[in-house]
Amino acid sequence: MHDVSLDIASGESVAVVGASGAGKSTLLALLAGLDLPTAGRVLLEGRDLTALDEDGRARLRAQRVGFVFQAFHLIPALTALENVMLPLELAGHGSAREPALETLRRVGLGDRTGHYPRQLSGGEQQRVALARAFVTKPAVLFADEPTGNLDTVTGARIGQLLFEMNADSHTTLVLVTHDQDLAARCRRVVHMEAGRLL
Amino acid sequence: MRPVRFALRMLGREWRSGELGVLLLALTIAVAALTGVGFLVGRIRTAVAMQATQVLAADLRVDASQPVSKADFAQAREDGLRSARTADMLSVVFDGQRSQLADIYAVTPGYPLRGRVLVADQPFARAEPAGGIPPRGVVWLDSRLLAALGGHVGSQVSVGAATLRVGRVLISRPDQGGTFTGLVPSLLMNAADLPRTRLIQPGSRVHYSALFAGRRAPLKTFKTWLEAHLRPGEHLRDVAQASPQIESAVERAGRFLTLSSLVAVLLCAAAVAMSARRYVTRHFDVVALLKTLGASRGLTLRLMALQLVGVASLATLAGASIGYLAQAWLALALRGVLAEKTLPAASLTPVGIGGLTAVALLAGFALPPLWQLSRTPAVRVLRRDIGPPPPSVLLAFGPAVAVIGALIYWVVLDWRLFAEFTAGLAVFIGLLTAAGALLTAAATRLRGRVGVAWRYGVANLGRRRTDSVVQIVAFGVGIMALLLLALIRNELDAGWRRTLPADLPNYFFINIPPRSRGAVLDFLHSHGARTTRVLPMMRGRLTAIDGRPVGSIRFKERQGRHFAMREQNLTWTGTLGGDNRIVAGRWWTHAQFGKPLVSVATEFEHWLGLRLGEELTFDIAGKTLTARIASVRKVEWDSFKPNFLIVFPPGLLEKETGTYLTSAYLTPADARSLAAFSRRFPGVSIFDIDDLLFDVRSMLDKAILAVQSVFFFTLLAGLTVLLAAVQSSRDQRRYESAMLRTLGASRATVMKGVLAEFAALGALAGILAAAGASVAAWFLTTRVLHLPYAFSPGTCAVAVAGAVLLVATSGWLATRSVASQPPLVTLRAGS
Repeated sequence: MHDVSLDIASGESVAVVGASGAGKSTLLALLAGLDLPTAGRVLLEGRDLTALDEDGRARLRAQRVGFVFQAFHLIPALTALENVMLPLELAGHGSAREPALETLRRVGLGDRTGHYPRQLSGGEQQRVALARAFVTKPAVLFADEPTGNLDTVTGARIGQLLFEMNADSHTTLVLVTHDQDLAARCRRVVHMEAGRLL
Repeated sequence: MRPVRFALRMLGREWRSGELGVLLLALTIAVAALTGVGFLVGRIRTAVAMQATQVLAADLRVDASQPVSKADFAQAREDGLRSARTADMLSVVFDGQRSQLADIYAVTPGYPLRGRVLVADQPFARAEPAGGIPPRGVVWLDSRLLAALGGHVGSQVSVGAATLRVGRVLISRPDQGGTFTGLVPSLLMNAADLPRTRLIQPGSRVHYSALFAGRRAPLKTFKTWLEAHLRPGEHLRDVAQASPQIESAVERAGRFLTLSSLVAVLLCAAAVAMSARRYVTRHFDVVALLKTLGASRGLTLRLMALQLVGVASLATLAGASIGYLAQAWLALALRGVLAEKTLPAASLTPVGIGGLTAVALLAGFALPPLWQLSRTPAVRVLRRDIGPPPPSVLLAFGPAVAVIGALIYWVVLDWRLFAEFTAGLAVFIGLLTAAGALLTAAATRLRGRVGVAWRYGVANLGRRRTDSVVQIVAFGVGIMALLLLALIRNELDAGWRRTLPADLPNYFFINIPPRSRGAVLDFLHSHGARTTRVLPMMRGRLTAIDGRPVGSIRFKERQGRHFAMREQNLTWTGTLGGDNRIVAGRWWTHAQFGKPLVSVATEFEHWLGLRLGEELTFDIAGKTLTARIASVRKVEWDSFKPNFLIVFPPGLLEKETGTYLTSAYLTPADARSLAAFSRRFPGVSIFDIDDLLFDVRSMLDKAILAVQSVFFFTLLAGLTVLLAAVQSSRDQRRYESAMLRTLGASRATVMKGVLAEFAALGALAGILAAAGASVAAWFLTTRVLHLPYAFSPGTCAVAVAGAVLLVATSGWLATRSVASQPPLVTLRAGS
């Protein structure tokens, strides 16, 4: 990435678009503190991520950040409910079960809580991932191609759900996508090419 | 976050998905092998200690020339110990006109406190336990005494002033001594009858003993008390003094069995490493996700470690249970090797050792990969090509090497042995790996000449070369160990048959007076006996080596002092027997007869640290004789012919010759004449070694069975390595099978390929095992056992066929589900 300067206001929704290899995912990784830039700074809610160590960034993510991925990234060893409870437990919440159940009901999976990821369809898995992302009421949600692994119809439904939940919880949304329709639903769209913002 | 709950939940789920199955299996087998051997060796060790107490007929024994003080017995009673008394003297026993000098052994109820008195209804008949002491008015005479007196069960004999009835025939009592001392026939009586005999008069030579037995703790207290209260002339003996050699033999055997079980443990370690590797690669994503969601590195590491502790606990429980069952079965199979009918119960120590081993194996072989796993960067959730940085060589191999080293040292407890064993092991593994790699390369090269399924299968061997070599070596070692024992057993059996002809001497005749020598031989020959050589025998003491008194010499070997100080059996002869081989110096010529020379057996030379040319000084019946060591002989003691550690040339000791001895073979029918023999030559002692020979053979069989059972675990460990390898290649296999089927291969073709791969693997492991075992068997047979070796192609062929069958079946079963999965499912999941 070269010479990237980007401000995202609280509550704003930003879509990052661009061709494969343009650096979208790298930008997302830097914004979320999953990776560190070789030069420059990343501020998340005013805190300098580059000044924190790995565990410090992890703590911040646990408290303030939610994720949705293209490949869902559910833990195969855990049920849908347990997957949703996980970020709450990692953030040190005493009672994770009730909020997790509630969020699963919100994404329409109240009757699938005991199912393991491999027993769920792709769309259902991404709903679990959405529930997991929103259950901590994060300040920022990072979504990396959330509909990329889904067929058109299911992808549209998941996109709908994502924006509904985002609106309900007033979360800042950073969305990396190829999907023009999905990008268009964001308040701002930034284009990337060869590691630069256009 | 509650890591324990989370880790346990993950553990449960991983277990159901079969992820941890192989890891658990490998650890379980390692624990089972170690604990099984630990249980068994512990029990045998206790049993041997108990057996040693039988030599004393007690746990603690005070020998004295005066009756042992009543205070000693009172103290023993107070300490909760059992006790008994014996009095022992020589006297002549009469039956009508016939008389015979006998060892009168009077005992109180409770005797023997350890071991058993064996009795029979007829002289030289099959014995049974007596279950008590002779009642008052009754005596038990040994076969020789009864035969010499011409008596029978029910007849009356006079012992001193008393007339007593012969109740049974005494076959043996525990404290009669295993050596050729106490050669006078013996009579067992109730001590309550002793006053009636009036044998004990002022000045009589009587040996008194007090016997004590009981639980370990009070016994220890009592021993301390006794040592402080011993009177002059009283001599205290306990187990440690009774049989140091047996104990050290058991220690060595135990160490050998434990080392054998370590082979299984090491193979399991390979399986642990393989499963850990797969576990790690399968969990990169999970760890990355946990970190993304906010888990610290410490937490992920704790989660992994907790899972490992869970697996180790399960493995310890399962392994110890299997080990316990295995040793219980083995103990049952080994019954008879030890005199004890039932072995004492096993202690729980091996379970702790098993648990520690499981933890150590995980720490050495699984923790380093897990440590690496915890370094997986969070950004992997976005970019799957990013993994953790490669571990340093020290971290990757250091803990594993340390754990193996610690395990081996724990067994051998000796730096030199440790160095030898580890060096030997390293060379052995190196050779096997090289051979395995060569075989794999050769097989891969030959694949073009067979059909498509076979070509695909055999090509797989070459492609996953490292895994293939590890599997071939692991399986090879398991099969090799079992095959080696089978080959050695064949050779030993054949060897026994060759060296033990049907007419092997089965009786020893000792104490033949010089004047009866001719008559004894005539009697034996006329009753069908085939006698061996007749050698003179006298007793003497070694007093000095090269002029230094033996009492002042510090011997290197533990047995040295014992063998130097004891009374020696000596002989002289001009002829070197066929069962004696000169290994140093020269056997005397005719011209050297009468010269002060001596020939010693290799055992004597070794224990006393003697050298050719050194001078040994003996005191033989008051005469001092100094002789130079002229030769060292390797003696085949199992020829069962008269043999001596110390031999002089003729012309030196003729005047000192006390008695002669010989051995002979008698058929069971001819052996009946021995009763008449005893009557005619009452002073001659007869030793029946038929039973002993039978015992030696069955002990050998059982010992081999014990070792084979331990190596069975090695084979199981080999199987685990195969499973671990299959598991680690599962994803790749699933993908390849899907690709092949998409390209038009039928399920049968894919399965044939799998079968071909594992059959080839089994064949290579079998060939490696057959070659290795044959070389080892040749070495052991010709160099160690000094028997001729014959290659057994049949046994080796069976081993190779067995290996093919076992590996092909296990491999096929383990990969079946992979090949049967519909290709579309696999390809979609992989996209």
